[in-house]
Amino acid sequence: MKTENQKAWFFVLPVLLLVAFNALIPMMTVVNYSVQETFGDNLFFWQGLGWFEQILRSDRFHAALGRQFLFTFLILIIEVPLGIAIALSMPRKGFWVPVCLVLMALPMLIPWNVVGAMWNIFTLPDIGLLGYFLNHVIGINYDMTQDPLAAWITIVTMDVWHWTSLVVLLSYAGLVSIPDAYYQAAKIDGASNWAVFRFIQLPKMKTVLTIAILLRFMDSFNIYTEPFVMTGGGPGNSTTLLSIDLVKIALGQFDLGPAAAMSLIYFAITLLVSWLFYTLMTKDDLN
Amino acid sequence: MALELRNVTKRVGADLHIKETSLVLETGHFNVLLGATGAGKTSLIKMMAGLDPVASGQILMDGQDVTGQSTQKRNISLVHQFFINYPHMTVFDNIASPLKVAGLPKSEIQGRVEHAADILKLRPMLHRRPHELSGGQQQRTALARAIAKESRAVFLDEPLANLDYKLREELRDQLPELFAGRGAVVVYATSEPEEALLLGGHTALMEDGRVTQFGRTAEIYRDPANVLAARVFSDPPINTAKIVKQGDTARMGTDVTWTLTGAAAGLADGPYMIAIRPHHVSPVASPEATVTLSGRVQVTELSGSESSAHFDTGSGSWVSLAPGVHPYRVGEMHDFHMDPSAAYVFAPDGSRVA
Amino acid sequence: MAKITLSKLRHSYYPNPKSPDDYALKEIDLDWTDGGAYALLGPSGCGKSTLLNIISGLLVPSEGRILFDGLDVTELPPDKRNIAQVFQFPVIYDTMTVYDNLAFPLRNRGRDEATVRERVTAIAEMLELSDLLDRKAAHLSPDNKQKISMGRGLVRQDVNVVMFDEPLTVIDPHLKWKLRSKLKELHQRVRATMIYVTHDQTEALTFADQVVVMQEGEVVQIGTPVELFDRPAHTFVGHFIGSPGMNILPADVSDGVARFAGEAIPLEGPITAAPGARTEIGIRPEFVSLGQSGLPATVTKVSDVGRHTVVECEVAGSRVNAIVSGAGPERGAMVQLDFRRDQTRLYADGWLATEAAEGAA
Repeated sequence: MKTENQKAWFFVLPVLLLVAFNALIPMMTVVNYSVQETFGDNLFFWQGLGWFEQILRSDRFHAALGRQFLFTFLILIIEVPLGIAIALSMPRKGFWVPVCLVLMALPMLIPWNVVGAMWNIFTLPDIGLLGYFLNHVIGINYDMTQDPLAAWITIVTMDVWHWTSLVVLLSYAGLVSIPDAYYQAAKIDGASNWAVFRFIQLPKMKTVLTIAILLRFMDSFNIYTEPFVMTGGGPGNSTTLLSIDLVKIALGQFDLGPAAAMSLIYFAITLLVSWLFYTLMTKDDLN
Repeated sequence: MALELRNVTKRVGADLHIKETSLVLETGHFNVLLGATGAGKTSLIKMMAGLDPVASGQILMDGQDVTGQSTQKRNISLVHQFFINYPHMTVFDNIASPLKVAGLPKSEIQGRVEHAADILKLRPMLHRRPHELSGGQQQRTALARAIAKESRAVFLDEPLANLDYKLREELRDQLPELFAGRGAVVVYATSEPEEALLLGGHTALMEDGRVTQFGRTAEIYRDPANVLAARVFSDPPINTAKIVKQGDTARMGTDVTWTLTGAAAGLADGPYMIAIRPHHVSPVASPEATVTLSGRVQVTELSGSESSAHFDTGSGSWVSLAPGVHPYRVGEMHDFHMDPSAAYVFAPDGSRVA
Repeated sequence: MAKITLSKLRHSYYPNPKSPDDYALKEIDLDWTDGGAYALLGPSGCGKSTLLNIISGLLVPSEGRILFDGLDVTELPPDKRNIAQVFQFPVIYDTMTVYDNLAFPLRNRGRDEATVRERVTAIAEMLELSDLLDRKAAHLSPDNKQKISMGRGLVRQDVNVVMFDEPLTVIDPHLKWKLRSKLKELHQRVRATMIYVTHDQTEALTFADQVVVMQEGEVVQIGTPVELFDRPAHTFVGHFIGSPGMNILPADVSDGVARFAGEAIPLEGPITAAPGARTEIGIRPEFVSLGQSGLPATVTKVSDVGRHTVVECEVAGSRVNAIVSGAGPERGAMVQLDFRRDQTRLYADGWLATEAAEGAA
């Protein structure tokens, strides 16, 4: 009997190997770098926790982290309510359901760098559709390469355009799983539309929303490609998010030690926030 | 063909979910597992089917140890409470699916499917899909699959629970005949005592992860080994009361007494517990029903041709079940007549003494 | 509470029904008095859920009117009808406590908290939920959840009707009788008009003062539980109520005498059927006895049900069930069946076609 049940491990083995190659080995390399000083010719000197201390005390890191939290906060506060609102207004039955679903899924199918490039061109002040329209039709002075506020509005709008669909689709999946009887009972109980949303739809969407927020948090917190393609972190450092800064340090300045320490701190923050959020959201389900 | 459990247990975490159980289930009649939800019927079936591992003990089919064998190799069928069919396949393909997996020749598959469809009256529906069928037809398709497969053991886990009342009655009536002479061990889990009685065969009473009694259905109904078995095998619930025996007199509470007869009369003096089935407590007086209980009627129920009344004598709650319709008034006092010779007597530890 | 009138009600799911078969619900006319307990009983697909949805307002009937206390509500949506409904599966507001769940319908209607507290406490006490009032509803057992659903239906005193749609489906069999009797008790205490839809005869007969038996969209009999058992107006009622149901045996009628298997069968009273109809004899297994005289029959199956034995016999290709007390005969034995005369009836095209003899009940 035992021998047969051990088979299960055999099937899990490929995944374990994959995770090892994908995550563990690169991660150990990073850990290795983070505690050493490197020079050319593969010379290494033990540095201890020095890099970590340096990063944590650096104003540059604090600023990038602040921008990163601001960005994630902004896109979550826009995408989650917007996504729920769109999901609520989508039809539940009939011909339009597949049409809506496909339309919703479209932005998510476009690769990140293409999205960045698209929006880059889209917003060019003189030839981009949006840029031209804002500058020459409406008459607002809009140039995201000059104006930090314009740059922020653009990257946030771009992310909302790109990823609200994910929240919509997950919320929609939660909504359609609610049996009709709940709506009928609520009507009979005299519940207002708000009460229906607050006491039926929102609780029933909670699980999928938790997943949606978690995914959006992790993705946006680690966002790199689109803002890099669009603003390159500028103007100035105004849109230099953590990941962009990290790449600057690692590849631009080739400071592998600090970059490694920074990525570990970065990783720890992502992990900690995700864990805190998940624990808070599922606290009720456990008891 | 026989299916044997030898000292089988099952653990869920640290809990012993199925306590050491030994049973020999034979072909030729139904083997009913009777118990409330959570008593362990499904767990036992899953272990016999090889879907769940056993923590200790052995499972044998035809004397051969199959304990570690996978479900696929055991050649069994399982029909579940919910109608499980492949939604994209026709009824024919649904019935044929295990035969195709086994790689049988086309002509043989055709023959077996049609035979099973005939028995279950599914011939006209062979080309429909499950969603075009009623609940009863869907469950018949699942049963036909079990029959066509000609497996060595068939497990029916509350197969009728989700069907309409009358449909349940009809299908239950046909079930024993469907499997008669097929040489398979049939195990049927149910939570309804009436169902066990109607199916006949053997019954294992289950309570809290253990088999409290196993034997011919009618016999264990008449002859419960302990108070737990008597409780499990009764619907409406069996009446129980404490009595004190002194000489040949039984005293219940302060003012109800009767003269003990038969085996009960020979017991040592002392406290006992009696259990008496609701149909031995009647609103109609008869020569055998020598004990009269007065109680306030709390609830009355009518199930087609019988009526039951729950009443409170002040010292306990009782149930009476009698044929016909009786004009009870809820909230009023009513006399009920009990036949004390029909009572089972248990020692204070719950074991049957008379 | 209200009196409910269904007037010339018909419903079809097709936009242009042509034949009577296109109607899921055939013409219904009935009056339900204020404060009564009613059951709609029938197999799945008989139209009972359609009728329920029409009364609750989830469905607008193709034809006919529904009146609450004489007021036409046919076109009104559910929330305007002032009704309560308990569904097959418990509907619970997961994030609320049991108390808040029960208070929900009252708070939505702007009742003051003192009234809310009084009603919720009273209902919780009736349903034996008092100890759970502070608990989150999400983690309760199915029977407690369903009690909360029932409680929300009963907490308002001004509802026109409380409807139950197969409310015991998810309840464990050994807990069913408790809730079944609880519902009956609740009705006796609150005296609201209640409609209970089920396929289970015990639930219907226990709960209702009057049962509406439906088959294929048609009401076949409306009667008290006793009437339905004693004198089924239709063979379907005889078959559907009682277990096993009534024996229905093909009969030839000539010169006012009904014959089954070549033997004249004495009936309860004179035959009222018009000639030419398909005639059957109906007798319940409870009134068939094995005796020294009567129809010769072969025993095909004996089921010992504990408190009695069901003996299945074959007579001229028809199956006849008899319920006998004590041990029955052996399978394969030859027996003679005796039908109790005052319980032997004739049915023509399915409908009762004998009169009860003078003096008989």
